[in-house]
Amino acid sequence: MGRQVRSRETRAALLFISPWIVGFLVFTAYPVIYTGYLSFTDYDVINDPAFVGFDNFKELLEDDKVALALRNTFIFAAMSVPAQLLVSLALALLLNWAGRASGFFRTAFFLPKMTPPVAIGVLFLLIFNGQSGLINGMLGTIGIDGPAWTTDPSWVKPGLVMMSLWTVGGSVIILLAALRNVPQELYDAARVDGAGFWRQTWSITIPMISGAMFFVFIVDTIAAFQSFSEAYTAFFGSGNTTYSNDAALFYAIYLFQQAFQFLHMGYASAMAWVLFVIIMIVTFIQIRVTQRFVYYEAETR
Amino acid sequence: MRRVSGIGLLVAAGLLTACAQGTGDDDTSADASYDSEAELSGTLEVMGFGTEDDVAQNRLAEAEKALGDVEVDLVEGDLDIQQFLASVADGSPPDLVYAERNQIGTFASRGAVVPLADCLEGEGIDTGIFNEAALGQVTFDDEVYGVPEFNVVQIVQANQQLLDQAGVSVEDVNGADWDAVTAANKKLMKTDGGKLTVIGFDSKMPEFLPLWAKANGADLISEDGRTAQLDDPAVVEALEFAVGIYDDQGGFSKVKAFRDSADFFGEGNQFASGTLGAMPMEQWYVNVLNDVSPDAPMAFDTVRTREGDPIAWASGSAWAIPRGSDNPEAACRMARAMTQTDTWVAAAEKRIELREKEGGLFTGLLTGNVEADEVIEGMVEPSGDAKWDQAVEKTYEANGATFAMPANPAGEEFEAAWQDAVNRVLNGQQEPQEAMAQAQEEAQSALDEAWSEWDDK
Repeated sequence: MGRQVRSRETRAALLFISPWIVGFLVFTAYPVIYTGYLSFTDYDVINDPAFVGFDNFKELLEDDKVALALRNTFIFAAMSVPAQLLVSLALALLLNWAGRASGFFRTAFFLPKMTPPVAIGVLFLLIFNGQSGLINGMLGTIGIDGPAWTTDPSWVKPGLVMMSLWTVGGSVIILLAALRNVPQELYDAARVDGAGFWRQTWSITIPMISGAMFFVFIVDTIAAFQSFSEAYTAFFGSGNTTYSNDAALFYAIYLFQQAFQFLHMGYASAMAWVLFVIIMIVTFIQIRVTQRFVYYEAETR
Repeated sequence: MRRVSGIGLLVAAGLLTACAQGTGDDDTSADASYDSEAELSGTLEVMGFGTEDDVAQNRLAEAEKALGDVEVDLVEGDLDIQQFLASVADGSPPDLVYAERNQIGTFASRGAVVPLADCLEGEGIDTGIFNEAALGQVTFDDEVYGVPEFNVVQIVQANQQLLDQAGVSVEDVNGADWDAVTAANKKLMKTDGGKLTVIGFDSKMPEFLPLWAKANGADLISEDGRTAQLDDPAVVEALEFAVGIYDDQGGFSKVKAFRDSADFFGEGNQFASGTLGAMPMEQWYVNVLNDVSPDAPMAFDTVRTREGDPIAWASGSAWAIPRGSDNPEAACRMARAMTQTDTWVAAAEKRIELREKEGGLFTGLLTGNVEADEVIEGMVEPSGDAKWDQAVEKTYEANGATFAMPANPAGEEFEAAWQDAVNRVLNGQQEPQEAMAQAQEEAQSALDEAWSEWDDK
């Protein structure tokens, strides 16, 4: 009997997820595979793609702007991912501690994440304005003459990293949920042994939520590599502004320019595949390196 | 941080290509027969033209009269280049497209729009009535691909009160004498504890490099649109001058930060609040100032070459017929009707009526049609306020002295090359000479590649 029921259930399950499967095949899988083909062609949107072999990839290697964009993206990721992780962990610990009020603060911390990214880009220009911005105003009150965040190439990325903390709310929620799952007995036992707050955090909390932290780490890394809207709005906005700053030229921005501004679709497709491979390699390394540190509840060690 | 996912871009690119599969050669626009006397019918789908203001509405009404039974269907909003090109690629383009003039070269070189020689002849459109620079922008490889309209020009806009306080005049900031501009800038600017409180002169970089270069006798690109001239010593000199204006005020960072914080379109604009001495700016800003701060102490002049002659860098729009247009005859008729002198004059008359009713100023219309410009300039009545009359006078003077960059197949890349270079200088990453040398290389290689594709066709 078992087999029959199971196959009927499988069929029902497939039927239920079929809208998603169709959508995935038509709107994701097919275009992804097609860009694989396009990456070997010269294609300008209007004339038929012409096969050019590995030319796009060769050109990529020699393109200074690709190197610059990659460097910018790596630096941004290296700063923003740890910053996001630390800040979201700190906020989650605080919230966990807040008891009843945590419901309100959880919403309050999550709200900024609802801001459209383009608005965040515009907000960045206001808050980080070198002359009258909020940040430099605050620095001014403690006697620091703040830098030109929106024009000085060496301060552009740190500014964007700080701005990226605006949307840290999502990670906070995930980490807070993990914190709530840490068994109280562990803390009780630790307290009996005389462990203080830091000791408990280091020896119990962090190991117990390492799975969630790892998830946030991976997702934020991928997000950092694909970072686009805020920097594009602030530094390459299409409107009437012609000012730009190549310290903010992230890989996704250069890809966008090649595809939709210069109409080099073949080249842009090649760039997209290179980014895909880079993210895959980075994620693989992250998984390998962090394996030792991450604890999953189901596993026995 | 949110992001455009790589997958998202891939999807977008993939969808475009999926559309591109159907590229066909059923080119109805090729065997159209244009005749200004012919009775036309059918529908006319127009992409990129909006009817936000009275001039657009009234001209459209005139055009609809000329089109007889043709039903005009507007796809409003600014032209989306990808959407337009994809629609041409899959064989379902609009019948008529309204674009920025500097996009025409890109469209023409990729075969997205058709040459207009037959259309111009059949409908009896005299290209001689168009502003020469405007016509140059829509002429690609010696063929006209667009019917130009509107002209946007810059004039020097200054705060007379600040000029008086500094003991300089508007002639010192019109660009005729660069040393005078530099000196006036230093006198006009004010700082307070290291903070800029008045911008003396704003050279409007990066966008106005072509203007300063031309004022110094140099073009960024050769007349045939094939050779970049970005490392021309006169271009580098212009860049050094324009950047020097910022350096004298504590650097571009300070000026930009201050300028960004201004209420550009409101009552607290830089002129009304007395925080800007002078800058070259497009003529439409006169209307903004007149609307929101009619009492601002303004003074105007044309931008001048170093010989002292008026100069302005023109831009504007154009009508073009896409490849595969189903109704090219009606498209051509509409392009003619929208741009002919009578239409412009009728729209100007209505605008004057409207402004009188509102109690506002009529500051003229720059149509891109020289004949219409002359008639409409004659219709402008003195306002009783000398400064606004001066603005109108200087605008028309600038309109008679325009230049534009010729159409080329790598317009976007060319623009990116020189703008990036200027930005590298403004951001303190490179010296002008080095930046422009790099830009020259980037621009020329983009031009070479695009032109070789065109020449191979």
